[in-house]
Amino acid sequence: MVHILEARDVSKHFGGIGALEDVSFKIRKGAIISIIGPNGAGKTTLFNCLTGIARPDRGAIYFMENEISKLPAHRVTELGIARTFQNIRLFPEMTVIENVMVAQHLRVRYGLLSAIAHNRTFRKKEKDIIEKAFEYVGFVGLENFARTPACNLSYGSQRRLEIARALATEPGLLLLDEPTAGMNAIETMEVMDLIAQIRELGKTIVLIEHDMKLVMGISEWIIVLDHGVKIAEGTAEEVRNDPLVIDAYLGKEAVQ
Amino acid sequence: MLFQQVINGLTLGSVYAIIALGYTMVYGILELINFAHGEIYMLGAYLGIIFLGIFTTMGLTAYSLPLAVFLTVVLAIFFCSAYGFTMEKVAYKPLRNAPRLSPLISAIGVSIFLQNYVMITQGATDRVFPYRFGEKHLHFMNAEVTWLQGSIIAVSAILMISLHMFQKTRMGKAMRATAQDKTMAALVGINVDSIISLTFVIGAGLAAVAGVMVASYYGLVNHFIGYVAGIKAFTAAVLGGIGSIPGAMLGGIILGLIESTGAAYISSEYKDAYAFVILIIILLIKPSGILGRHTEEKV
Repeated sequence: MVHILEARDVSKHFGGIGALEDVSFKIRKGAIISIIGPNGAGKTTLFNCLTGIARPDRGAIYFMENEISKLPAHRVTELGIARTFQNIRLFPEMTVIENVMVAQHLRVRYGLLSAIAHNRTFRKKEKDIIEKAFEYVGFVGLENFARTPACNLSYGSQRRLEIARALATEPGLLLLDEPTAGMNAIETMEVMDLIAQIRELGKTIVLIEHDMKLVMGISEWIIVLDHGVKIAEGTAEEVRNDPLVIDAYLGKEAVQ
Repeated sequence: MLFQQVINGLTLGSVYAIIALGYTMVYGILELINFAHGEIYMLGAYLGIIFLGIFTTMGLTAYSLPLAVFLTVVLAIFFCSAYGFTMEKVAYKPLRNAPRLSPLISAIGVSIFLQNYVMITQGATDRVFPYRFGEKHLHFMNAEVTWLQGSIIAVSAILMISLHMFQKTRMGKAMRATAQDKTMAALVGINVDSIISLTFVIGAGLAAVAGVMVASYYGLVNHFIGYVAGIKAFTAAVLGGIGSIPGAMLGGIILGLIESTGAAYISSEYKDAYAFVILIIILLIKPSGILGRHTEEKV
């Protein structure tokens, strides 16, 4: 299995307006892929279709040979796709560690009876969950904030927590929706390092990004959307020189 | 005298508190005031009478009263949970994406349906609890505490502590996560539908226990008791801050204390009015309740 994800002719309409029109692509396992395109190009709608939040009107999506476009979101997560949001969505009233723990419960199960009895299985599994949660929190560098409510974290830390929580569902494929949006240069660098480290773990990563320079540097394959249509895909070099892309996205600036 | 009223108030208040938990948990997850929740409590009271009646006929009550009461409570919980589960699937789930008023009206419909259902099947007259718990009591700081009062307070406390511990387990965290953001909860692998069902089942189970306890305390039950108890428990939930679990517990106890002291020192004629006066005052002064979070419009 070379490709972890395949989209075939995915279309999604919102009241007559085509957010996605027959979009097809394949994503190679272990790669970092970027999806770029101007505002309203359908990037986030595509993520919603890939994670079961939105259901495509037509077309099919295969993740590790499973058709996922008709599955509810929690089943898709169970199969191994996790995501973050452009506008961060944490569980604000839970602590940092709880945010990560809740995502892990998918992988560590115990029965209601052992929870009521607080028996050995329950205590052992809860202990495993906490240890693992601390690993994820440490991985993104938030170990000193484990007991802080998520809503009290700084903006940059909230983004890192969102990534830690996504990792805690143990995904094969991680979808990051503008992970550096609203960040300064240093924070952006740190997140990019983090993404590189996640890749070392063997995860496939798909990014939505606006920062062109950043995308060109990190991704080995770029998919370009414009008005819901895939207008180009290829390596950074190929996309940069594609006249359609220059026209639609980069504008005249890039030509100079 | 005052301490006696405190004991009476605690008994009443702990019952309000465990009914209020059902309102607040459902509100926390669905932002729905489940007006049929009081009816589940009424069903619990009837089920208590029916099952304890059966056990008395069978001779189990004479053989071992604690066993008969225990089995009665377990069966009442089971059946009420089934009612709660079905209610959500039939009356609320199909309206999950409808405007907020629709499930509210559906809730009132369920409430009217259940009242009439019980009236037709069980008769329109008062039903008597088949066992009178004795007047044996403890003397405690000039007050008399009957064993039944003590048991009601103890059982309610155990239920509240259990619920608090449940909040920290895997499923409890999933429930809190669902209450905060349903889409995101699904994206970390939580089956939101089953969490919502679980919420209704737990709330109904708590109401069942409250129903059996009140039926045994007052000895008389009719098909209207769910309405007043429901409104009072709802007041308790709003007083504590709707959506907040500790708030519902606190609100219930406070309401019980106000009612019993008000009845003793002001007038017992207005016993039921105190709850509504409090409801109006909270809504005017602090609509988010004592422990409620300030609700901001979600962007």
